[in-house]
Order: sequence, then C-alpha cells, then structure tokens
Amino acid sequence: MSELFWIFISSMVINNFTLTYFLGICPFLGVSTKIDIAIRLGIANTFVLIITSLSVTLLNSVILPHAPYLRLISFILVIACAVQFVEMVIRKLSPALFRALGIFLPLITTNCAILALALFQTNRGYGLLEGIVFAVGSGAGLTLALVLMAGIREEAELSDIPAVLRGTAMNLLIAGILSLAFMGFAGLFSGS
Amino acid sequence: MSESSATSVHEAPPVKSWVLVFTLTLLGLISGLCIVGAFQLTLPTITSNKAKALRAAVFEVVPGAKQMQPMVWDGSALAAAAKDVVGSTIYASYDSAGVFMGYAIPAEGPGFQDNIRLIYGYLPGTKRIVGMKVLESRETPGLGDKIYKDDKFVGEFRDLAVEPQVVVVKGHGADPNQVDAITGATISSKSVVKIVNAGNESWLPRLPAPGQEPPPPGKGGL
Amino acid sequence: MATGKDTSQLYEEFVKGIWKENPVFVIVLGMCPTLAVTNSAINGVAMAAATMFVLVGSSLLISLLRNWIPNQVRISAYIVVIATFVTVVDFSLEAIAPKVHRELGAFIALIVVNCIIMGRAEAFAAKNTPMRSLLDALGMGLGFTLALLLMGSVREILGNGSLFGINLLGPHFEPWVIMILPPGGFIMLGVWLLVFAAFKERKQKKRLEAERRAA
Repeated sequence: MSELFWIFISSMVINNFTLTYFLGICPFLGVSTKIDIAIRLGIANTFVLIITSLSVTLLNSVILPHAPYLRLISFILVIACAVQFVEMVIRKLSPALFRALGIFLPLITTNCAILALALFQTNRGYGLLEGIVFAVGSGAGLTLALVLMAGIREEAELSDIPAVLRGTAMNLLIAGILSLAFMGFAGLFSGS
Repeated sequence: MSESSATSVHEAPPVKSWVLVFTLTLLGLISGLCIVGAFQLTLPTITSNKAKALRAAVFEVVPGAKQMQPMVWDGSALAAAAKDVVGSTIYASYDSAGVFMGYAIPAEGPGFQDNIRLIYGYLPGTKRIVGMKVLESRETPGLGDKIYKDDKFVGEFRDLAVEPQVVVVKGHGADPNQVDAITGATISSKSVVKIVNAGNESWLPRLPAPGQEPPPPGKGGL
Repeated sequence: MATGKDTSQLYEEFVKGIWKENPVFVIVLGMCPTLAVTNSAINGVAMAAATMFVLVGSSLLISLLRNWIPNQVRISAYIVVIATFVTVVDFSLEAIAPKVHRELGAFIALIVVNCIIMGRAEAFAAKNTPMRSLLDALGMGLGFTLALLLMGSVREILGNGSLFGINLLGPHFEPWVIMILPPGGFIMLGVWLLVFAAFKERKQKKRLEAERRAA
C-alpha cells in the first residue's frame, strides 16, 4: 500500500511532471489565465492519462513482448485515439466545456506528458494498479501546476510589469520560482 | 504545380473511405518495415554494448574477477542462467583460472530524487562487501551525486561487514559495518545503504554455503 | 535554372528558421526538450542533432507525399512518419552512443511530440515543394540547435564551471548548481526570451524613430 502512496505523492508533488520533468510545458505556458479553465484542462488531461495508462498496460503485457520495436509508434497511436475518445465524451457530456477548451483538446495529443507517462510506466515496470495511481498522481500534478500558474498570472495581469518582460519570458521566470519551491518536496518520506 | 500556393491542395471531391484505409495501411506497412529493419540492424551492437557495460561493472565491484556467470533464483535454488533469462539475477564471478571470487548483486531503490540503481560485490567467505558501483541515479548534482563521484564514499564499500546490517553514521564510524555519510547528502547516503541492506536481505539467504559455489562457466559462459 | 529572385527566396526559407523565426525563441515551440536536456552543452547538441534528423527527414518525406495523403487522415499519416523516424533515431543512437542515449533517456522518444516537427509538417511541408520544405526544415533545425546550444552552454558554465566537459572556470568557482536543476532551466529560458524581446523592442524603437524622422 505504501508503495502506491509513494507513487502517487512522488508523481504529483516530488517529481511533478511539469515543474521537475519539464513535461506538458505547451499548455502550461500557453493556455489560460483563468483558473477554472486550468482546472478543466487538467482534468481532461487526467482522463487521457488514465486511459493511456490502461492501454499501455494492455499493450505491454499482450502485444509488445513479441514486437518491442513497435513500442513508440503504438503508444503514440493509442494516445491519439484516447484523445479522440475523450474529445467525443466531453462533447456529449458538456458542450460548454468542449467549446471552452477549444483547440486545446486535440493538442493534448502532442502533450509530452502523456507519452512520457507511457514511457515511464513501461521503463519502471508498473502493473495495472500502479499505472492507474501513477496516471492519477501525474494528472493531479499537472492540474496543480496549471492552476498555480493560472492563479499567479491572473494576479500578474493587474500588476505593473515592464512590457518587455510580459508574456512568455515572465511566465518562464514564474515557472522557475514555482519549480524552485517544489524542489523543497524532494526527500519527503525518504528520510528514516 | 504552383510553388507558393498557400491554399489547400485538397479541394478535390470527397475521398472514398477505402482510399483512406488503403493509404494508411500502406504507410503503416512501410513504416513497420523500416522500424523492423532498423531494429535488426542495431540489435547486435546494442546487445553487445549492454553486455560489455555489465561485465565492466561486475569486474569493478568484485576485484580480481575476470569471468562471470549469471545466476537466477527459481524459487528454491540458485541456478546458472541460460542465455536470455529475464528476472532477478546475480552474477557469480571468477578469476581467469576459474577460482570463485565473489558475487555481484544488483539492487535498486528510491533515493533522494529518484530511483538509484547500483551493483555491489559480496564475498560469502568473509561476509564482506568488496565494492559498490552506482549504475543509474538522478541525485542532486554537487551533493547527492557524490555517491558515485566521491571516492571516499565509494571506498567505504571496499571492505564492509554486513552483520547485522550496514549502518550509516555521521562523522567517522569505526565499526567494520559502518559507512560514513556524505556531508550535505545524508539522505542519498542513507538510500544507498538501505538499497544494499535490502539486497542482502533478499539474496544472502539464497546463496549456497561457502565452498559450494557454482562452477565457473564452461565454453558457453560469459 | 533558378532565377536570381528564386535563389534569394530559397535562401530566405533557409535562413528564417535560424534567427528571425527561431522555433524556440520566437515561435516558442519545442520547449519541453529545450528545458529538459540542456543541463549540459553536449546533451543539448546531441538532442538537437537527433531532432534535426527527424525534422528534415519527415518534412522531406511529407512534402514528397503531400499530394497522395488524403486530407482526412493527414495527421495520422504525419504521426506514423514522424514516429518511424524517431524510432530509427532511437535505435541508432543506442547503438552508436549508448552514454548519450542514457543521458537523454526518454526525451529521445519524446521527439515524436515535439511541436516543432508536427508544426512544420502541418504548416509548411504539407503545402510546399520538397526543396523548400527541406530548406525550411534545415533552417528550423539549425535554429533549434542554436537555441539548445545557447541554453546548454550557459547552464553548464554557470552550473558546473565547464563547457562540453572541459573545465573552464577553475577549482575555486562555486558552481550555481541551481542552473542545472529544473528551476535553472525555466529561468535560463526566461532570460534568453527576455534578451530576444529586448532586442526586438530596440529594433522597433529605432524603426519608429526613423519613420518619424522621415515623415
């Protein structure tokens, strides 16, 4: 049980996908200055992550032992399908959310975080349950990073920032400080 | 063919679905062939690189070793591993004359930042660890990475008693089973020792009694 | 065969990717690898080389096939092409330079989702001749290499006192370890973008000044 807890906490906070592994930067920097959109994008990402994790477990145990060289191409195709699927589900369940997320939904396919999850899960040999916990944890981490960033940017809009600094440069510096703060989590639970 | 046309080239009438399927299938087949081809071409080099790196690591942690034989635990006994067995493996090492030199035991576990993978050499006769090499780690550069960069720390593992277990101490430890922690990297040091202890816990009970070591590899060994 | 105007246009295709439309600093694509593998100069260069190979190869191939790939399945087709190239690069790197392969780790496979490659395929290679696509890809690839080199060198010098492994600053330099850690990546890229933005602003000011004086 504690192994699963470690996987969850590690992927969400200690080795946060965005702030430690530099995954999912495009939505992180580009997406929104609104906290509620950040939350929804994070949740959509988490869905895709979970579906990907399940598919990857299946692929790894059934098909890939016979053809390990097809790993990358099958992963990316599975991710493309998972994103299509989530897109259809969201369109059915909440057309308003679908409109709000707009172009960012198909962009989840090229979100490095999803493919990275598939690769990390394979390299670390996670089973079904561990994979799901990993997906939920990293999804939560992505959402956390997105929401923090959106919140800070909402505040920054009202502040007096030099024009040359505005935009991506400022967001990166903010991200750097966030990443620095998250480094404080390293070593959590490992001292004993 | 207009060179700079930015308008879509695809203003043709709607494409039949069999064309879509055919194109994708053809593309998939060609892609598959390329991937398989590249795989077959590079496989021998990759396998031999990996084997070379493993040999180098084993010979480093068991001083004097010149040959090795992978051993696999099948649930009740330690048996010589066939060529392509995957699973928990340790390596029995011998010198060039075939005299048993020690076991190289790989182990893995969480460190400060991420998992640490290492291999250490163990002499069942004297019950001592005779070498340790970190294979993979992502510890903090400048601090945690001293677990492989600091000669003093690595040197602690060249003659380390394992009973009752290996212990980390701050400052200088005098007992034979104590390892001095790296200043500023206590957690990384503790992690390494924890990994070694866990390795001992799983493997030491499985080892045959001293004097009953497995024979050196014959012609087909490594 | 090409007229003078044609040649200069082709040259323009090639050069734009290096500076004016640098994929990292100007178009702001491909951030994930730029941040992740630039903790040393050699890692950055190796990643850039691998990415350039995939970029040039897939742009060229997609441009050659652009009239045969039906519109509806073009994204899937691009993905297949790019993923094939990346898989080949992954195997080749593992065979040729295992140490570099281990350092870059999963990020080689992540070249597949590098927005630069898909972006150029969709925006350029699908609509232009192979010659122009090749030049565009080469230019973008060089621009990417430049970006990774700038990032990697500064991070390595400040964070380790060395460049390409050669110790530059001597034993008394206390390295700014933060630069080779994740926060350093973010901050470094932010600073470079700031530098580029400052240059752009200065150029624009000069232009406005000149226009005002001419008016």
